[in-house]
Amino acid sequence: MQFEMSDDRQMLQDMLRRYLSENYDILHRNAVAYAAPFHDPDRWRALAELGVLQALAPEAAGGFGGEGFDIAAVFEALGGALCPEPVLPVAMAAPLLMAAGSDLETLLDGTRRYGVAIGEAEAPYSLSGRRASHEKGRLTGRKSVVYGGGIAESLLVAARHEGGGIGLYEVDAADAQILPYGMIDGGGAAEVVLEQTPATCLIEDAEAALQEALDFGALALCAEAVGAMDAVQAMLLEYLKTRRQFGVPIGKFQVLQHRAVDLAVEIEQARSITILAASRMKEPDRSRHVAMAKALIGQVAVLVAEEAIQMHGGIAMTWEAPVSHYAKRLVMLDAQLGDRDHHLRRLAAGYANQG
Amino acid sequence: MDLSCSPAEQAFQGQVRAFLRDNLPEDLAGKVRGNRPLSREDMDRWHRILSRQGWLGVTWPKAFGGPGWGAVERHIFEEECALACAPRIVPFGPNMLGPVLIKFGSPAQQEAYLPRILSCEDWWCQGYSEPGAGSDLASLKTKAVREGDHYVINGQKTWTTLGQYANRIFCLVRTSWEGKPQQGISFILVDLDTPGIEMRPIRLIEGGHEVNEVFFTDVRVPAENLVGEENMGWTIAKYLLLHERTNIAGIGFSMQAFEALKKLAQEVTRDGKPLSEAEWFATRLAQIETDLAALRITNLRMLSKADKTGAPGPESSMLKIKGTLIRQALTDLSRRALGPGAAALPGTLPDNLGLVPPEHEHDAAVYFNMRKISVYGGSNEIQRNILAKTLLEL
Repeated sequence: MQFEMSDDRQMLQDMLRRYLSENYDILHRNAVAYAAPFHDPDRWRALAELGVLQALAPEAAGGFGGEGFDIAAVFEALGGALCPEPVLPVAMAAPLLMAAGSDLETLLDGTRRYGVAIGEAEAPYSLSGRRASHEKGRLTGRKSVVYGGGIAESLLVAARHEGGGIGLYEVDAADAQILPYGMIDGGGAAEVVLEQTPATCLIEDAEAALQEALDFGALALCAEAVGAMDAVQAMLLEYLKTRRQFGVPIGKFQVLQHRAVDLAVEIEQARSITILAASRMKEPDRSRHVAMAKALIGQVAVLVAEEAIQMHGGIAMTWEAPVSHYAKRLVMLDAQLGDRDHHLRRLAAGYANQG
Repeated sequence: MDLSCSPAEQAFQGQVRAFLRDNLPEDLAGKVRGNRPLSREDMDRWHRILSRQGWLGVTWPKAFGGPGWGAVERHIFEEECALACAPRIVPFGPNMLGPVLIKFGSPAQQEAYLPRILSCEDWWCQGYSEPGAGSDLASLKTKAVREGDHYVINGQKTWTTLGQYANRIFCLVRTSWEGKPQQGISFILVDLDTPGIEMRPIRLIEGGHEVNEVFFTDVRVPAENLVGEENMGWTIAKYLLLHERTNIAGIGFSMQAFEALKKLAQEVTRDGKPLSEAEWFATRLAQIETDLAALRITNLRMLSKADKTGAPGPESSMLKIKGTLIRQALTDLSRRALGPGAAALPGTLPDNLGLVPPEHEHDAAVYFNMRKISVYGGSNEIQRNILAKTLLEL
């Protein structure tokens, strides 16, 4: 057993952190994250040139990573800087395109952007209940809250096929009706409306591949949350040590000390469960561990956000305070790719038929 | 990152499992599984089995008769023992005093006491808390006054666990009123046969006799029983508490309790279907399994760090807080799984009634008994104080 990051991953993460701290400070982030196109195309290209996207796929697919701990290293750094670039769709598209036997070159060099369109308004999380359908090379239906969908050139769409199963289809974004919008926590998404839209079938029965993509996406979000929570904790401790009331730093008050400690304990738990999930990404029990991780991360991330706001007091209610933007991301991240209730129910369903 | 056990660790785990399979008496495991009280003879029998194997002083180096394990091996051993429902090692001699004597004891003390711990000739208990000194341990008042080559002890200790079985007690006593309260405390070893000592039982919330009060009236103890220097008792106490806190997370116990709870939920019927299929209950199970899976990794991360730095750090307070909360949540859910039958008083149920599964008759008692774990060993609030100061530097 050992818990240190490998040298290669540490170097990649350090480099990414350095790049983001020099080029993506919170002022720049806020300037690009809330207005169309809800990211910075120049910085996107720079991230691709740094090799950040290649770290999300294995060598066999033209990358140099693709393991759970590679995903975690990248997204922890992105989360620490609250980076709104649409890297998540790449982490999800990579396993999908690999399962389809497609070429990943333009995905990994950042020149072709993909949206991964799985969720629907009436079935945002689970794979069952898809209404979008495929018939004779055309897709009809509506895909909801597709992250990065507003800037995508290509869409990977989950839809029910004639045989009743769920297939994976590629749609040229120019052929679909795309309705982009921004997110309260920064970044952009889109509704994707398909009406007899031409589509190429990539995988006929794609449930397994889609579940893998959902799991990789959820792991990425967990790591992003850990990075963001560490950043919030650092801000909070700094604030508790410097903000004075009643003649002393407020961190001298036991009521706040204990709340800060409880957050620290939960953040370590969140880090642990993310490490555990990252270690299981090639194993048969991958989905179960990811469900545990995303459930716990959802709880802890919301707790950290709410407690950080409360302990920062009025200042955290302002747009100017960085903590307010981190808090928004930490809360809304729970609702992406399955919230805590969804994942706990997935786990719960496993108890009935176990021996 | 590599979370898998190394080949050596795997081999060690296999060795522990084989030992438990061949040596753990089924009647003892059955009592532990059913949360039934263990007698002194039960505990002593298990201690002697471990002792024969050389595995009683799990934290001790080889030179003193221990197995010389690192933190990870200790963890594997403790986890496997808990999963197999082995009785818990009564910690006062092997896990508490042993490490203290190895670090602070004189060669004469080491020679006199360490072998008697391993041979189970001595049963130690702990004299730390007092009626007026609980969380504020440093305010303790039991005094030891030097008279020639003896100390004369007067005062009262409390919460002395299993003192009714012990023949010796290690105590924190006040030897000075100068300076800060922490600076006037000494650590001393006392033979319970010494005249002037009276032990009285304290009956606990669920009815069991587990802890005691100990009264000292003009108890004369040879001065050579002092461990370390006079007035360095606080340093020793902190060292001991740190050791106590490492396995206080009780992750192995929680893992075993979780498996038992899962099985219980599949056996118990609620409104016509197994409780495990009721979503409200199953999601609570899922929550605990998740918290426990995370804590197991947190524990391993900290162990792996402790193995490198040589000592558990303040993070062990985190394990204590979270580990106790999870154990309590498990006892809470077991109790609720049983419904109103959980309240039936153990020992008063007619045989074969089928009201609650026999292994769960004590679940409500355990639920109440387990409220202690967030109180003892430094209450969870004290752990938060420690973390606020040392880890967060507030």
